[in-house]
Amino acid sequence: MTAVQAHEGLDLTAIRGDFPILSRTVREDRPLVYLDSGATSQRPRQVLDAERRFLETHNAAVHRGAHQLAEEATDDYEAARAKIAVLVGAEPEELVFTKNATEGINLVAYAFSNSSIRTGLGPETERFVLGPGDEIVVTELEHHANLVPWQELCRRTGATLRWYSVTDDGRIDLDSLELTERTRIVAFAHQSNVTAAIAPVAELVRRARAVGALTVLDACQSVPHMPVNLTELGVDFAAFSGHKMLGPSGVGVLYGRTELLEAMPPFLTGGSMIEMVRMEGSTYAPPPQRFEAGVPMTSQAVGLGAAVDYLSAIGMDRVFAHEQELARVALDTLAEVPGVRIVGPTDLTDRGGAVAFVVDGVHAHDVGQVLDDRGIAVRVGHHCAWPLHRRFGIAATVRASFHVYNTADEVAQLAEGVRAAKEFFGVA
Amino acid sequence: MKLEQMYQEIILDHYRQPHGAGLREPFDAETHHVNPTCGDEVTLRVKLEGDEVKDVSYESLGCSISQASTSVLTDLVVGKSVQEAFRILESFQEMAQSRGKVAGDEDVIGDGVAFAGVSKYPARVKCALLGWMAFKDAVVRVKEEA
Repeated sequence: MTAVQAHEGLDLTAIRGDFPILSRTVREDRPLVYLDSGATSQRPRQVLDAERRFLETHNAAVHRGAHQLAEEATDDYEAARAKIAVLVGAEPEELVFTKNATEGINLVAYAFSNSSIRTGLGPETERFVLGPGDEIVVTELEHHANLVPWQELCRRTGATLRWYSVTDDGRIDLDSLELTERTRIVAFAHQSNVTAAIAPVAELVRRARAVGALTVLDACQSVPHMPVNLTELGVDFAAFSGHKMLGPSGVGVLYGRTELLEAMPPFLTGGSMIEMVRMEGSTYAPPPQRFEAGVPMTSQAVGLGAAVDYLSAIGMDRVFAHEQELARVALDTLAEVPGVRIVGPTDLTDRGGAVAFVVDGVHAHDVGQVLDDRGIAVRVGHHCAWPLHRRFGIAATVRASFHVYNTADEVAQLAEGVRAAKEFFGVA
Repeated sequence: MKLEQMYQEIILDHYRQPHGAGLREPFDAETHHVNPTCGDEVTLRVKLEGDEVKDVSYESLGCSISQASTSVLTDLVVGKSVQEAFRILESFQEMAQSRGKVAGDEDVIGDGVAFAGVSKYPARVKCALLGWMAFKDAVVRVKEEA
């Protein structure tokens, strides 16, 4: 029943053929309709093959050892970093491999935290010192990963957390807050993981710079889905994860402008990140190695490099156009179902592919269960953005999110499933 | 179809017309439990009289499973001794966490057996237990304060 349609020039039959998991059935005999890529995306054979090839032919601990495998593994690892750098418009040394985006954001938060302790650090870390009276600014639509680390940083340093509120259509309300001379950090999502609203990055960066604050961009929902050039955006830091961009889990990336990474104290410490170690104390390697303590994830980084190759071959502009088209189908078909309310912008201006909604009279969990029974995988709940849901007075939403392998037919099945859920629960 | 196995008619009835809903006075303890994965919440009050569960009242925000199971809870435990109420709770919990292996004893958990199908869906077990855990917690609090 899933007739594959090509549009925007994408060969969806070929693309879907690259993702073995998409051909399985669920709940007995239902073809899988995977609309949960905002949580984690599926991986093409090219990524799985790259990991296997690396492990079967080059595997060794990177950045240590002088044998041939160690050289090859290090080359592969660094080649992956270079590919990612090209994708996001950065220099390779501006990218730190982390476990995931959450760790990347924590790495920045702990650079501030450790600097604020002030003992035994050089004068270059003074710019990261926070104390009472300083302000960290976030937004009400943040994923918990870009909120809780800042709450904790405030608790440790005495700084104050402030936030932009959210408009009725799920965008950052730029009129809701004025930055002050005490604002030190402005952290915000490039694209909301719930409303899919794309933030006015240039304006937020301009405001932050005007008061001397550093910007931290949560790029988890942007880098996997649209062309992103971090240098052009002018943000100071950005974090994203591999598993949302057709790559492996267990690998993420933190971007930091070179000048900042060079001045930052380390977060995790140990092997690989040192320059010189004596019993009395140690000095540290330049970035990015300073922030990659211990033997890092390697086949995962190589797999992420392959995912970047895969996305680049399609073209991020085409990926974005495809997902916007899917969002249009979702918005149009759901608009025809009475009682469905979209949480987020209902037009495609500055909007990505995720579509979150509530159904009057049927709880999101129950909608999700009916969809699951039809083979449609969506996310239900607060999607790690609890304050945003509170802002809208709701406990949970249903979220459909897409990637390059989804078809318009799959998305249209969503609205049919929602109708079935209303019928099942006796809601007219 | 599996959907009907999970959402038995009894569950849907309790969901549409929940028993004992609303917060009432007097009460000895009030608890607030949340399901952190989905944001569902229940505020639940318990009134004991001697060793008898005199009243259970609640306000909840959640899916049909959590609402219906809290409704069934009030039917089963109000008027029972604390010891008997906890025996019912343990029996319900055992079934709910059994991944479909325990059918549930209708003599003990009454309408609660309708939730046997829910136990096959690990993501929903917490929904089924939300009100029950809030009840357990509330009774423990009353006993501790006594």
